Amino acid sequence: MDLFIEQVFNGIGNGVVYGSVALALVLIFRTTGVLNFAQGEMALFSTYISWKLTTEGMPVVGAIAVSMVIAFIAGAAIERTLIRPVESGRSPLNVVIVTLGLFLALNSLVQLFFGTDPQVMPSPFPSGSVDILSATVQKETIGLIVVLLLECLFLWFLLQRTRLGLKLRAVAANPESARLHGIRAGTMLMAGWALSAAIGALAGSLVAGERTGFDATLMQTILVYALAAAALGGFTSIWGAVICGLIVGIADALTIQYVDPLDGIEVVLPLGLIMVVLVVMPNGLFGRRTVERV
Amino acid sequence: MTTEQTGAAVGPAIGGAPVDTAAPLASGARPGLFPPVPRQVTVAKVIIGVVLSAAALYAPFYFEPTINRVLSQAIYIAIAAMGLNLLTGFTGQVSIGHGAFYGVGAFTSAILMIDYGWTFEVTILASVVINAVLGFLIGVPALRVRGLYLALVTLGLAVLFPRVAQKFVDGTGGVALLRPPRSDFSSLIDGLADDQWAYFLSLAIMVVLFILAWNLVRGRVGRAMIAVRDQEIAATTVGVNLAGTKVATFAISAAYAGVAGSLSVMIDRLADGTNPILYFQRSIEFLVAMTIGGAATMLGPAVGALVLVLLRRNTEDLIEGKEILAPALYGAALIAIVFVLPEGLVGGVNRLLARLGRRSSAKGRPPTRPIPDDSQ
Repeated sequence: MDLFIEQVFNGIGNGVVYGSVALALVLIFRTTGVLNFAQGEMALFSTYISWKLTTEGMPVVGAIAVSMVIAFIAGAAIERTLIRPVESGRSPLNVVIVTLGLFLALNSLVQLFFGTDPQVMPSPFPSGSVDILSATVQKETIGLIVVLLLECLFLWFLLQRTRLGLKLRAVAANPESARLHGIRAGTMLMAGWALSAAIGALAGSLVAGERTGFDATLMQTILVYALAAAALGGFTSIWGAVICGLIVGIADALTIQYVDPLDGIEVVLPLGLIMVVLVVMPNGLFGRRTVERV
Repeated sequence: MTTEQTGAAVGPAIGGAPVDTAAPLASGARPGLFPPVPRQVTVAKVIIGVVLSAAALYAPFYFEPTINRVLSQAIYIAIAAMGLNLLTGFTGQVSIGHGAFYGVGAFTSAILMIDYGWTFEVTILASVVINAVLGFLIGVPALRVRGLYLALVTLGLAVLFPRVAQKFVDGTGGVALLRPPRSDFSSLIDGLADDQWAYFLSLAIMVVLFILAWNLVRGRVGRAMIAVRDQEIAATTVGVNLAGTKVATFAISAAYAGVAGSLSVMIDRLADGTNPILYFQRSIEFLVAMTIGGAATMLGPAVGALVLVLLRRNTEDLIEGKEILAPALYGAALIAIVFVLPEGLVGGVNRLLARLGRRSSAKGRPPTRPIPDDSQ
């Protein structure tokens, strides 16, 4: 039983990570309708900026804050210069190609600027552990959970309870109609990318701090699990992304512990989950029904 | 309201405007349905086709074996990209998982040759059958989801495949790396070196598969595919079998990717399961080859594959000592192509030809996106 609880907490530790990246994916999808394959590498770049600032002697929290600001600006710049010119084109595939190109480019730029050696990112949370239900839980994990909950509250409030959020959602749902109502669609799309890049920067920096070391491959596996979490949650729900991040993390940890035939191919599990959920509930566990007009 | 973009984002009109599939027919075959193609355009296309065919046939005698290998790589990528073109370009279903089918094809050939002593050419047929069945089995559940979600599910396939290979394939030294003996791929025709033989065998298979695809697209099935892409619900109201069309296309495109995988064993001399993101990269390459060549065009996948292979090779050589930068240049080149030619290279040429044709024959609406004559 102890082992079981331990594994569940392990899973929660990873699940929080998946959830926080999934959050950035969902945010960009909700505000712009684009699936951003470069999300992980954008977060990686910001993580390296945070790390660089801490090596220059800046306190961890300050470094993360600065890198979030930089990511915010860079996110807006990417939307304006790279995404928008191709978005109006005939084929939505072109946006996918651009994000894939960004994925490749950012990853190699990171290695060029910051080197290929593994680095250690300090964590803003106190080290050590506490005992919960006879299992040891790292304080860093608890810190991640708290930050994630705060992020969710903030985003939920922003999107559902402010005029800015309403405008963001309106532009994502129907840019033409939104424009006719006097909303600056371009500004809103930029804001969506900027916000999501900042959230990604936070997630990346915290994840790197939780690990013993990180390099340029940090986000690649995480992105797959985060995509799984986002799809499972229906891609539009903020809480769904987080809860499904936890589900994926826990299921993954338990599979590693208890299901021997899947040893080495645990990734089957999130994929199987996506398949089953999408076939049974095409809008995910927390998504809303879509109505199609002809 | 916010959820409506789920379908709209990737759903309709992947390839843009409807395709005029009658262009390659003799002009005037169906005068009511499509506007006649001006003769100048047809002539221009025939000339382009003849020149390209001649170049393709002469190339392996002109270049060194290393270049021939690069060209052969372009051929197998073109085959996979054509399969993806049927699925994504014509039917509008985005897949980022065809690298997995490619991998299954590669390992099918390698295993059959090493463990069962099959001849290489026969293993291609086996990988067609296995991948078509696999595509069907995966397509049935996967195609219940659309657009973005399908892209995600298929992305999972590409990530999963190398891990499955690592778990179940035992190559030399216990790693998932299979190398069939070199002698199994030797030339069957006197006077052709091994690299030239590999090139011509791949080229012949590519031509056959492209002609098959062309026939598929311009017939009744092709109409159904395009209808599914452009307006799913309207397609069902005129009697198109939605699920059947999608699943069949998925199975066919998986088989194309499988053939590409088999050929890659001959050309690269190995089936590799050790790199965890190799098959994800392949999936991206197929998608990229199709898009920069021109989605929903007939020659697009071949042109795109050639450009892609040359880009990949030259960005690697370009900057000595800074190999890390190669993916950055490659990525930047992709973005640049999408910026300059949003319809792909072949799409751009077609538009140019259509404009020239319109100028020479003032009457009638020119075809929006004609398909060029299929060439070698």
